[in-house]
Amino acid sequence: MTVDVRPSLWSRLLRRLWWETRAAHVVWQRELLHYVRNPARLIMTLAQPVVYLLVLGTGLGAMLPGGDGYLTYLFPGVLLMTVQAPAIAIGASVAVDREAGFLREMLVAPVHRVSLLAGRCAGASTVATCQGTLVLGLAGLARIPYAPELMLALVAEMALIAFAMTAFVALLAVVISPTPTFHAALGCALTPLVFLSGALFPIAGLPGWLTALMVANPLTYVIDLLRRTIAPYLVRPEPAAVHSPVLMELAVTAGVGLLSLLLAARRLSRPH
Amino acid sequence: MRPGAIHTRSLRKSYQGMRAVCGISLNVEAGEMFGFLGPNGAGKSTMISMLSTLLRPSGGRALVAGIDVRDDPKEVRRRIGLVFQEPTVDADLTVRENLAFHATLYGLGKHDARRRVAEAADLVGLTGRGDTLVRTLSDSMRRLLEIARGLLHEPGVLFLDEPTVGLDPQARAEIWEHLRELRHRRAITVFLNTHHLEEAEYCDHIAMVDRGRVVADDSPAALKRLIGTDRIHLRTGDDQAAAATLSDYLGLASAWGPDGLYVQVTDAATAIPWVCTVLRVPVHSIEVRRPSLDEVFLRYTGRTLDGVARPGVWP
Repeated sequence: MTVDVRPSLWSRLLRRLWWETRAAHVVWQRELLHYVRNPARLIMTLAQPVVYLLVLGTGLGAMLPGGDGYLTYLFPGVLLMTVQAPAIAIGASVAVDREAGFLREMLVAPVHRVSLLAGRCAGASTVATCQGTLVLGLAGLARIPYAPELMLALVAEMALIAFAMTAFVALLAVVISPTPTFHAALGCALTPLVFLSGALFPIAGLPGWLTALMVANPLTYVIDLLRRTIAPYLVRPEPAAVHSPVLMELAVTAGVGLLSLLLAARRLSRPH
Repeated sequence: MRPGAIHTRSLRKSYQGMRAVCGISLNVEAGEMFGFLGPNGAGKSTMISMLSTLLRPSGGRALVAGIDVRDDPKEVRRRIGLVFQEPTVDADLTVRENLAFHATLYGLGKHDARRRVAEAADLVGLTGRGDTLVRTLSDSMRRLLEIARGLLHEPGVLFLDEPTVGLDPQARAEIWEHLRELRHRRAITVFLNTHHLEEAEYCDHIAMVDRGRVVADDSPAALKRLIGTDRIHLRTGDDQAAAATLSDYLGLASAWGPDGLYVQVTDAATAIPWVCTVLRVPVHSIEVRRPSLDEVFLRYTGRTLDGVARPGVWP
């Protein structure tokens, strides 16, 4: 007589889940190690939004009537740029890994692609949130109060935004090859998206076709989300660009991220 | 079937109408060092990609370690180690971090992983280099690190796709020393892609592949026995007259190609004095060729492994 000693479905499922989590964790760790080992990159990605805030903010602000309000207006855009830099760098590292062959080493491992991508996005999210927190330190310059709930909300939103953006960039990196084409496509798409998001100037009252682009632009919702989170804490609140509920904006961001993640994983797991 | 074996039946792969592998059937026994020998572009990497589940076959079947690559690719991946042709280690991590990364992806527990990382590093002579950044390692050490990584989860089959490509002879010898040591210490099937004849000589069993087909499949010794005899390559003032003389006086059959005359003899050392005595035409050079795998390849494909065509040599 043989005794069935196979573990139950539940315990196998749990073990599987634990394995996948550890795989995601080790990928996350790798991204952090890359960042920590490359301080020059760290400083440069951090310098860019600060330069925007100080140079564009004060420079352009001086040209506008009632210009000191511009720094406040620009601040969500600066946060977006802070988050965007590591998200793009790490999302695009899928393409770098593909070039370097490391992607194949990961793909041949018996773990789910979703875990590999989720680990990567979490890595980007961690880096972005750390950098974002540093930039939040400059909120005072933009006359934004350091209210703890506001700061916490902004940090959480930045983590979510970074995760979603990384997944989206990773999806592009997986779909668009060869690598130079991907980088060209990224560069080509990014600038108009940022300009049309309301990050740098209000986009109300644009001609019809530009409004259509603005509504289709996911960054619009991201900026609006940050702006509306900040608005209640301001002495002089400013009108938001789009009027969709904050919850919906959060859902759109999370949805785009999740969908990108699943699509990218699907594309990766398909043998050619 | 024993756990480390590989069997394929009419395995095929086409890319957009281009046939890379056209119906390959192989039987690799467990514990064998198997050499898949052929020139570049013969379909060797495609074969490894299919067996390691990175590519889906267009047709035919493949069992790796007892599992069909189409039915359960994940289980196959768990049982194999894979060393790619191009380097795939993370240069920004240390040796230990690279190995630990791999160990986690293969589901090894922390404790287990630490022990096996140390073992694998020892196996390829990287002990004491755990904290070295991979960026600073030599090419051969990086290759050894990849081999160590491929062995971490103790697979039954190790696939090596041209493991010494781009390395200098000294580094190549070093890699081979470690591969022999590995075979000594572990019962593992090794599937090796190579276009180096001397590497194929180290194998228990080789299959020669050309344009997606296997042209010969046996042990190196058995394949060389097929050629059987030494060959003398002669350059003379008049090859046709020389061939007639050799046939008339010594009863030797010869074949001539654009670069001279080829004569098959049982023992070149005793035959050469006779050949020189009977020939009445000027002899420019004499070269002896012992049976080699290159000769075997030449016989089946009409080309040498580096792609030089020698039409007419084997009538």
